[in-house]
Amino acid sequence: MKVLVPVKRVLDYNLKVKVKADQTGVDLTNLKMSMNPFCEIAVEEAIRHKEGQPNVAGSHYKAGTVTEIVAVSIGPDQAQETIRTALAMGADRGILVKVDHEVEPLAVAKILKAVVDAEQPQVVILGKQAIDDDSNQTGQMLAALLGWPQGTFASKVEFAGSKVNVTREVDGGLQTVALDLPAIITTDLRLNEPRYASLPNIMKAKKKPIDVKTPGDFGVNVAPRLKVVKVTEPPKRQGGVKVKTVQELVDKLKNEAGVL
Amino acid sequence: MNAFAKPTGALDFDALRPPSPFMGEAHASWRRELRKFVERELAPHVNEWEKAGVLPRDVFRKAGEFGLIGAGFPEAYGGWSEGYDRFMGIVTSEELARLGAGGVSAALMIHGIGLPPILNIGSEEMKARIAPPVLRGEMQISLAITEPSGGSDVAALLTRAERKGDRYVVNGSKMFITGGMTSRYATTAVRTGGPGAGGVSLLLIDLESRGVTRTPLDKQGWWSSDTAALYFDDVEVPAENLIGAENAGFIGIMMNFNGERLGMAAGATASARVCIEEAAAWAQQRRTFGKRLADHQVIRHKIAAMVQRVNASTAYLEHCAWRVSQGETPVADLSLLKVQATETLEFCAREASQILGGAAYLQGSRVERIYREVRVNAIGGGSEEIMRDLAARQLGL
Ligand SMILES: Cc1cc2nc3c(=O)[nH]c(=O)nc-3n(C[C@H](O)[C@H](O)[C@H](O)COP(=O)(O)OP(=O)(O)OC[C@H]3O[C@@H](n4cnc5c(N)ncnc54)[C@H](O)[C@@H]3O)c2cc1C
Repeated sequence: MKVLVPVKRVLDYNLKVKVKADQTGVDLTNLKMSMNPFCEIAVEEAIRHKEGQPNVAGSHYKAGTVTEIVAVSIGPDQAQETIRTALAMGADRGILVKVDHEVEPLAVAKILKAVVDAEQPQVVILGKQAIDDDSNQTGQMLAALLGWPQGTFASKVEFAGSKVNVTREVDGGLQTVALDLPAIITTDLRLNEPRYASLPNIMKAKKKPIDVKTPGDFGVNVAPRLKVVKVTEPPKRQGGVKVKTVQELVDKLKNEAGVL
Repeated sequence: MNAFAKPTGALDFDALRPPSPFMGEAHASWRRELRKFVERELAPHVNEWEKAGVLPRDVFRKAGEFGLIGAGFPEAYGGWSEGYDRFMGIVTSEELARLGAGGVSAALMIHGIGLPPILNIGSEEMKARIAPPVLRGEMQISLAITEPSGGSDVAALLTRAERKGDRYVVNGSKMFITGGMTSRYATTAVRTGGPGAGGVSLLLIDLESRGVTRTPLDKQGWWSSDTAALYFDDVEVPAENLIGAENAGFIGIMMNFNGERLGMAAGATASARVCIEEAAAWAQQRRTFGKRLADHQVIRHKIAAMVQRVNASTAYLEHCAWRVSQGETPVADLSLLKVQATETLEFCAREASQILGGAAYLQGSRVERIYREVRVNAIGGGSEEIMRDLAARQLGL
């Protein structure tokens, strides 16, 4: 089975986000960019279903379930580095759809739909959201555009014949949905712990092919439909206070916090 | 998720690294993946290993699987050398140094000095026998040159190996041997001929042989790395364990030093950068006399002076690495580079400690450990005095 894994280049998760002085967005100049952590989890999941886990007894990951992994990124030239990371982890080839500005989730979903039409994968595994604008929309929109079933916020993915069982993290517990393939899956944090690519694999990844395309090749209009009015820092949290008595606490909750 | 102090912005480890004209995408990928390995497999355990005084053996196996131990070694023996240039080696030294625990890399990368003589001048049979398990991280190999009677004057070493039929019989002792308690083998400098450099050979000694005694040595720093005195009492070594030709070992030792010095310079410079990262983060948070430490001119100048020296060392490092990758062996500059780097480290460890104040004196922080690692960098692998003397001679003085 062929799997498509979209991967996004975002500000490294270790860095503190700073808003630009003119409030038009987040300052990215000279800052380290990395693969969105949820996308890393998606890549890892695809690889595990390809390689299996020979060292883990009773693992639900079976070697050969997945036979080909295609990593696709929509972004500037530098997004090739993000694709290379996926290739170094174990994806087979890459597709870069070159766009130099922000692309909104709907446009991303439309491009991905075109890539799916061309590549005909059985499954698309995406991160549930990207840590830059936390939209949490692309997977769902893609499912709608394709008319495919979706299993979002996956914490376990088990393939069974022409179906895939996706365990989802929902309020109050876990829910398992059985989807007919082809299907869309989006990953949650606890699905797996992504690997680090070994040195030999980093080197081999340099030889794996990356196709470069543009949205025009797929006939998709990526012009923004939303206008960002202003980006501001969240208000600074005020320091806590210590209360001496329960009475004082109740009083503060009632009269200052207004929660009682 | 991050085991290190949160970067404060402009003065973190990455921002402090001047952009390299010699490094590209492959170097960036290796840095990124190696950093993940370091943060996941090494950083969380440093304090425990420092206390234990030894690195658990499964860490070597993990590093072997990951490709760290094989990095830069021939593929024929299970390593990975294609595309692994001198600058990849610098990335490796820098990322290991970022851990702020030199003992971990001294132990983990001990094969970096123990193995090359075998690959450079050893027999085919020996390479095939020793290199693959070492590069898989299954067994370790140390380098034993220094003796209780001295380390600087290598040509004066006293340990003797007498040829008796198909074996050598070894008598003598070695001192300060990194990995000496835990390594299976030691690439050992012995005297097989007359006095001076022309009587020195390299012999591969199995440290589990009869007649070998090992004594652990407690040190100021590098605690995760076990260090030993080795005693050889009529130790029998098969003659095929001679590395290279008899009485031609000195050149093998010298070849080794050049690579070791480049690696040590990269590690010392990056450790100095860690000192700046820690000091700058602290100086921007800590307030005294109503303002941030960073707003006192004395402190600002300390930090600027550290950056000045670390950047100069980095430029010299990369220039030397570039010359080596062009096929040169710039011995004088490699020697002076090592001095430049360790003096920079000494300066930065001191200044960072002053900026951190009492906090610098408490165990467990990177600056405190690095402070205790200054001397082994400045003395081991060729002391500052010896490096300057060698450079002066090479310069024709
Ligand atoms: C933690 C640690 C790990 C080590 N690991 C290893 C290892 O794995 N393998 C190994 O073989 N060795 C190892 N060494 C030994 C190290 O290489 C030696 O300590 C070093 O070469 C200096 O030798 P020495 O200590 O005998 O000092 P000496 O040679 O006795 O010198 C003492 C001092 O005199 C100075 N000096 C000597 N000669 C001159 C001169 N001609 N002019 C001016 N000054 C001079 C030196 O600079 C030094 O400051 C290690 C050392 C340490 C501390």
